[in-house]
Amino acid sequence: MTDDRVRYDQARYVEDGQYEPLLSQKDLTRVEIGNGNDADDAATAGETAAVDSPLPDDLTRDSLELPALSEPELARHYTRLSQMIYGIDSGPYPLGSCTMKYNPKFTEDVAAFPSAAVHPDRSERSIQGTLEVLYRLQDYLGRIGGMDAVTLQPPAGAAGEFVGIRVAAAYHEYNGEGHRDEVIVPESAHGTNFATAALGGYDVVSLPSDDAGRVDLDALEAALSENTAALMLTNPNTLGLFERDIEVIAEMVHDVGGLLYYDGANLNALLGRARPGDMGFDVMHYNVHKTFATPHGGGGPGAGPVGVVEDLEPFLPAPRVRKAGADDESDAASAGRTYELFDPDNTIGKVHGYQGNWLVLLKAFAYIARLGDAGLTDASAMAVLNANYLASQIEYEVPYEPFHHEFVASAGEQDAADVAKRMLDYGVHPPTTKWPEIVPEALMTEPTEVESKATLDRLAGAFNAVAEEDDETLADAPERTAARRIDQTTAARNPRLSWHALEESSGQ
Amino acid sequence: MDDSRPTGSPYAPHTDEERAAMLEVIGTDTVTELFDVPSAVRFDDEFGIDARSERETRRFVRSILERNDDLVELLGRGHYGYYVPSLVDHLADRSEYLTSYTQYQPEVSQGFLQALFEYQSLLVELTGLEVANCSMYDAATALGEAATLADRVRETSGTRVLVPDLLREGRRGTLENYVAGTDLSIETYPTADATVDLAALEDAVDEDVVMLYAENPTVRGTIEERLADVATLATDAEALFVLGSDPIALSLLERPADVGADVVVGDASVLGLPTSYGMGLGLFATREDYLRQVPGRLVGASEDATDRRAFTLTLQTREQHIRRERATSNICTNQAWVALRTAMHAAVLGPDGLVELATRGVTRARDLAAELDELEGVTAPVHDRHHLREFVVDVDQAATDVAGALEQRGYAVHVVGEHELQICVAGVPEETLGQFSEEFAEVVR
Ligand SMILES: Cc1ncc(COP(=O)(O)O)c(C=O)c1O
Repeated sequence: MTDDRVRYDQARYVEDGQYEPLLSQKDLTRVEIGNGNDADDAATAGETAAVDSPLPDDLTRDSLELPALSEPELARHYTRLSQMIYGIDSGPYPLGSCTMKYNPKFTEDVAAFPSAAVHPDRSERSIQGTLEVLYRLQDYLGRIGGMDAVTLQPPAGAAGEFVGIRVAAAYHEYNGEGHRDEVIVPESAHGTNFATAALGGYDVVSLPSDDAGRVDLDALEAALSENTAALMLTNPNTLGLFERDIEVIAEMVHDVGGLLYYDGANLNALLGRARPGDMGFDVMHYNVHKTFATPHGGGGPGAGPVGVVEDLEPFLPAPRVRKAGADDESDAASAGRTYELFDPDNTIGKVHGYQGNWLVLLKAFAYIARLGDAGLTDASAMAVLNANYLASQIEYEVPYEPFHHEFVASAGEQDAADVAKRMLDYGVHPPTTKWPEIVPEALMTEPTEVESKATLDRLAGAFNAVAEEDDETLADAPERTAARRIDQTTAARNPRLSWHALEESSGQ
Repeated sequence: MDDSRPTGSPYAPHTDEERAAMLEVIGTDTVTELFDVPSAVRFDDEFGIDARSERETRRFVRSILERNDDLVELLGRGHYGYYVPSLVDHLADRSEYLTSYTQYQPEVSQGFLQALFEYQSLLVELTGLEVANCSMYDAATALGEAATLADRVRETSGTRVLVPDLLREGRRGTLENYVAGTDLSIETYPTADATVDLAALEDAVDEDVVMLYAENPTVRGTIEERLADVATLATDAEALFVLGSDPIALSLLERPADVGADVVVGDASVLGLPTSYGMGLGLFATREDYLRQVPGRLVGASEDATDRRAFTLTLQTREQHIRRERATSNICTNQAWVALRTAMHAAVLGPDGLVELATRGVTRARDLAAELDELEGVTAPVHDRHHLREFVVDVDQAATDVAGALEQRGYAVHVVGEHELQICVAGVPEETLGQFSEEFAEVVR
């Protein structure tokens, strides 16, 4: 193998034979807390200091031991750590199902507007701007998903699923059908779907797919019953395939009195082309950190607004935002309100302490306002084009077609997880691996619309180079990353989850 | 960056020639052909959303947000507006932190993993409990997760979860939804003078209780004085004692492990986030006994192939992507970047800075309450307790009138009763508190 690979070279800061040391290895200072401490005495004692407490001693802790470092030291620490992280701005990040698209910088500036920093307990009159943003975002999302009403409260996709499941439960209960105790989830669905249904107290009925990778209508028929509360689907599904029979599926679910839930993780494929509401879905979540480009932040925060059809509106979480004066216009006007909060009639209550991840919602609002119809429709088009082009350029087999914004290739005889590790050596982020299980050694790949043809060619080059390599090379990978292959077994067998635990295990 | 409105996505780099070349390779004439969407469900309409240039978008959003009044917020009750040092914004905004995702490939995510490990360590130090996860969504959902943990680990057949009558509706309501799928039921126990009414609680506790929840400080800013006794009541009933708090309070108040807490939840974003309309960071820490029942992500230390210490997400068999319907929680995307900010803010303050910040919350609240108490027709604090950063004030007038008049003068305070206001000093500069106190005097005169 030649060594002219494009590489993303990460800064590898090493000190005392280890990567950037922990803050606790740079300093630990113990502060003694006491009523009537002699602060001067302790200050001279090196690594300890004392703080005089205004509370009786029995209401305070004795001491606190943490690193005490200067700002320049911290700036270097966090800069070095950042240099050991691969993000979208480092290179392509085709992590299937996660829609790792470019996060426009200006949305950070928008979220930092001082006028956005308001407390949730402010009077409605004094935060009309915030309420207007929320109102307009509810409206945008309703139009994009073809839904009649939207709540912005859920702080992530899984939380949105939970709202959907709780709304379904409340709806069935309201109709005297509280006996419905099953939620149907396709075998190939995301783990959160199963976990959410279980959290909601439902029995999970798992649904196999047909030979073409879509919902098996016979299996669905068999799974549906008067006990069905809901079917959770994503469309395109996790293989990237559009559920062509979606209208039939909706009818079947509705015929037994169940609800159809749309997992919005894959909405980026359909923006401006098709809407869940038009397909017969009753309730859906939007994954704004995927579809609407808010930063994933190393794991979060995201936001998972939920849209519903009219019949389900009364059950949405409280409060939502509406134009003021729905009840009494003159009252609202005289109170200086154009927008107001209200509780839906049969609300399921709260799923977050306040109104969710406001700063994330604000960034999503700015993104949608920037792109508009033209940009959103183009985003899905280019996402689908990119996935199809990339798939055409890689040597791994892609068993299920026609896919949209993502495809699932099979690593065949290779171990998909090892393939991923080896791809790191080519300076790219690998796809999601080993899921969905319907494809053996799955490489679930979603390039998104933000990659250029040149980048896709480079990405394909990485796939193809790894496809040619032997198992031993793969098992030893990665070799060019900030850290080498990390031992998962030791981490799990002997959990050390804090610097305190590290000290204990090193026998100090 | 040009100032024109996009005709396609401004973040898709394709030229017309590239599109054509790619389509040719794929073997189709148009992108539309790539969509396998039956005509019956095709969307041929428009959303009716205008595209804007970046500059126009900024102006558009700013013009809406400017309809927010610029008030000095003396608001708390679970969400606080502490000053966040510039280092936090500048370093957390580095795009490697912002634009990466969950560390499924730890070999290229060491930096974030280490920062999260340091965040977990901060919470371990603050709580005295051995295990902290690297985030739940917020305090309310963390409380909900504590209840489902109690449901999983309980040794009794009981079903009762006891929470204080003062608990905020957002937390209580979220908790109700989290336990809806279990046979747990939420009940309140009374407080006396805004702290746990120990005698009443003792009456309420029986062997059917599986979880007992208290907060320190309480939503009214009062500091609990009998937490160890509350813990004993819980332990005797074989119930979990869950304590709600936050990293600033924990820097000064009794260490949860020392009073017998089994789980600590709360909002950790009191460090790291400014006022954010309720967006938070769910703190979740517990004893090692429950390690395998913990919800959410955990970062652990390990070694890489060169034997250097390295970090990785660990014990993932608890999680939804592996355990599906038997997972300890459905959480996937979390608040990792907020946890990074919290860790950074704590690091900037250091241990003395943290303790001093908490201490100021006691003294400033005490001083302001004493000043207001001098005023005729005003009693502050209402509760004969120690307070952290906020306290309740009784006024002769209707509380809404006083709050309304204060708002006209540029100050926001809570109305918590017919004649009760709540005032929080967190993040408010001392001079501003002085001015507020003068204006308050004029309003109630
Ligand atoms: C198909 C699918 N459903 C649901 C989720 C859960 O969303 P979140 O991580 O925002 O909770 C994800 C993403 O991670 C997903 O890929």
